[in-house]
Amino acid sequence: MPTMIVLHCPTVVLATAPGTSTQPNRPHRLTLFGSRPLAPKSEPSAATTEPTMITLNINGQKHDVDVAQDMPLLWVLRDVVGLTGTKFGCGIAQCGACTVHLNGQPVRSCVTPVAAVGEQSVTTIEAVNATAAGKKIQQAWLDLDVVQCGYCQSGQVMSASALLSTTPDPSDADIDAAMAGNICRCGTYVRIRAAIKQAAKGA
Amino acid sequence: MRASHTPDAASGPHAELSHTRRQFLKFGVVSVTAAAGGGMLLSFALPAAAQGGPASAAPNAGDFAPNGFIRIDRSGKVTLIMPKVEMGQGVYTSIPMLIAEELEVSLDQVQLEAAPPNEKLYSDPNLGGQLTGGSTSIRYAWDPMRRAGATARMLLIGAAAQQWQVDPASCHAEHGSVIHAESQRSAGYGTLVDTAAKLPVPATVALKDPKDFKLIGTRAKRLDSPDKVNGQAQFGLDVRLPGMLYAVVAASPVVGGKLAQVDDSISKTLPGVRQVVRLDNAVAVVGDHTWAAKRGLAALKIEWHEGVNAKLSNADLIADLVAAGQRTGVVARKDGDPATLLAHSSKKVEAVYHQPFLAHATMEPMNCTVQVTPDGCDIWVGTQVPTFVRDAAMKLTGLSADKIRLHNFLIGGGFGRRLEVDGVVQAIRIAQQVKAPVKVLWTREEDIQHDMYRPYYYDQISAALDDDGKPVAWSHRIVGSSIMARFAPPAFKNGLDPDAVEVAADPPYDLPNIYVDYVRQEPRGVPTAFWRGVGPTRGTFVVESFIDELAATAKIDPVKYRLDLLGKTPRAKNVLQVAAQAAGWGNTTLAEAGYRNGRGVSVMHAFGSFLGMVADVAVSPQGEVRVQRVVCAVDCGMTVNPDTIEAQIQGGVIFGITAALYSEITFKDGRVQQSNFNDYPMLRIDQTPLIEVHLVKSAEAPGGIGEPGTAALAAALTNAIFAATGTRLRTLPVGQQLQSA
Repeated sequence: MPTMIVLHCPTVVLATAPGTSTQPNRPHRLTLFGSRPLAPKSEPSAATTEPTMITLNINGQKHDVDVAQDMPLLWVLRDVVGLTGTKFGCGIAQCGACTVHLNGQPVRSCVTPVAAVGEQSVTTIEAVNATAAGKKIQQAWLDLDVVQCGYCQSGQVMSASALLSTTPDPSDADIDAAMAGNICRCGTYVRIRAAIKQAAKGA
Repeated sequence: MRASHTPDAASGPHAELSHTRRQFLKFGVVSVTAAAGGGMLLSFALPAAAQGGPASAAPNAGDFAPNGFIRIDRSGKVTLIMPKVEMGQGVYTSIPMLIAEELEVSLDQVQLEAAPPNEKLYSDPNLGGQLTGGSTSIRYAWDPMRRAGATARMLLIGAAAQQWQVDPASCHAEHGSVIHAESQRSAGYGTLVDTAAKLPVPATVALKDPKDFKLIGTRAKRLDSPDKVNGQAQFGLDVRLPGMLYAVVAASPVVGGKLAQVDDSISKTLPGVRQVVRLDNAVAVVGDHTWAAKRGLAALKIEWHEGVNAKLSNADLIADLVAAGQRTGVVARKDGDPATLLAHSSKKVEAVYHQPFLAHATMEPMNCTVQVTPDGCDIWVGTQVPTFVRDAAMKLTGLSADKIRLHNFLIGGGFGRRLEVDGVVQAIRIAQQVKAPVKVLWTREEDIQHDMYRPYYYDQISAALDDDGKPVAWSHRIVGSSIMARFAPPAFKNGLDPDAVEVAADPPYDLPNIYVDYVRQEPRGVPTAFWRGVGPTRGTFVVESFIDELAATAKIDPVKYRLDLLGKTPRAKNVLQVAAQAAGWGNTTLAEAGYRNGRGVSVMHAFGSFLGMVADVAVSPQGEVRVQRVVCAVDCGMTVNPDTIEAQIQGGVIFGITAALYSEITFKDGRVQQSNFNDYPMLRIDQTPLIEVHLVKSAEAPGGIGEPGTAALAAALTNAIFAATGTRLRTLPVGQQLQSA
């Protein structure tokens, strides 16, 4: 089995500039490029590319899928299972549009091989309203009309819901840490921050 | 691209420019008249066809469809057909507000539908076609959408009055019903549609007095929010069809290159790979799902004919522009005699500005799903240009217009990218070789490296100052690609691109002697396209940077310097004053220990709107720039939804910061060097400043709001950097320029 990949804390791994030492956990040019998880560096072996029957627990339902073990969860959800609420943005864990929860933890499904999911429960945007935090976040998003084009918002809501579930009263720094891995090209960040705070207040 | 925004003086000092404008406006078929107070009134005629024509997607028998925008069925269901596409800017809320205001229905009573390609019904005179762009939607919709609603309401009232045998004037409409108060009768719209459909459409309708607006001007909730927070919203990439296959593409990495040959022997053996499709300049792998297609593409061995651009570099492209800058351009504006004054000036200021190629990087990467059969072509895509998509499909398939079925979707970011149909053309070509519906997706790398880019612009500008420091002469040469020449040839006349010189040819300041010309220089092999804020984004950066340089040379406060030159543009003067006051201009900056802090200002007038902007920045000892706060004062005329306006300014500012701080597309060996968000970074939440938006109350005609925030940003930011550091940045992006300084 490939190593489990959980990219839930975007501040831990930071991009480094060429020519600098690559000490882990040392922010480089944080103010310019922000914090975001790196993509894992794993080459698929031949054994992982052959289709295998895998049983997934998605939004409380069992799904048997016949796919390569290294197929990212994102494409399993979108193209095989048919849950298109989870979005493709970059494919290298840079933008957060594909964020889902594994056992409640936010992960970038575009770099999570389906075989790494195992027995863990997968929660997508389609079912996050079943969680208390998800429900509050969605309501706050509606109350403040956060969305614009909306394409990144599934990922934003998933990251924010995960934050609120572990940190009921997040500080600005908590919000930065949890949400900096999610890009919004329309620039809804001002309202995202306000909506997370509102959701926390409405607890 | 959009209506000009300044008085169309037929004679006098602006005659030459007006000539240009008239040509441009002819393209746009919009009538523009100067309004009292220096603003503009844009008036549109509801296209004749839209008055009485049928609604779009074939109404069912018995539906009441008095025009192209409204359909009411016998159950009372109200469907509004959206002539503009929703790409985040809020038109799927604001246009329904305009119609619902006059139709007397509430927003929770309406359903929305994207308009099909139909120029007769849905052309925007600002743009000369059925396009969404140029911050024109509300300027277009303001009058005809209200009129469409009022027309339908009058017919429904007429129908009720006929049924009840009463005077229509004694009836009124409310919440989807017609009411006769005197007899306490009421009839839902659904019960009236059969009668209403038989009544003649009135030639004229009276619109509400703005003081009677119930919806317009309110912070109505976005109609698209619920589906966008629960994953139900459907973007083009989300379409799923029976038997659909998935394709990913590799186009020639060198601009203008062609496909030489492909070895697909390994790809074809991979599980889930169905087919390898060869195009003139690209290869696509078709599979059972995206992952199979991606894996198949990675396993191809592709050889390219790299062609004449094989060694092309950014330096080559910039050298072309600099060389072109030596040529005399096509005159965009000439008042007085700036050349002589400059030649004899004792106080002359000169500057050169560079603005880079930019990618759009919409969050939803380019994609298009197509099925081609002998008797039809179906296209599922989010597009800003439905008629262009239809036309491209007709050309490629040879099918007639009625055989092309465009299914338009919510757009996951447009910013000008989806004004182009290059991705649609490619997808159709692929689909023509595939016996199934095929969803063609561009990976992020493909999306960044095969964009149609905002062109690199090179501006040379000079001014002569009098003893008081005022600019007595102003001369500006703009060198760059003409997007108009390709996109809207009728608007490109005598070598002048009205978009290229917008703002630059018409700054809001009192400049008695001004010369502006334009030299067209196309970048070899690099396709160029509109990008959020279009000409005004580039023009405002140069004009507002240079005005700041003049203020600094004259040793006058930059706000005071501008105010003294804005006597003829009261709305610009007002937003500047409001922004400066709100930002505490003249008070201490938002100091942070160890950082150099500065406050900068800009004024923007384009898209029929006025913006005053004040930015505060902090520059670290290492030369990293952080924007702390942006304060905007906005006068966009009458407002439809103030909440949307605030959102558009907030988003536009953030879009502008990303570009100003980080963004540039560069070329090496004919290839785009950037590929994804790791090397083409976007502003993130932890870098986002406080943003204040102050709406100025105005009774002027509505102006555009999708682009002004972006257009005003870069100059406010670099002016703030100047205030903080004394370093004037004339080349965007800021990047690491201060780090090497």
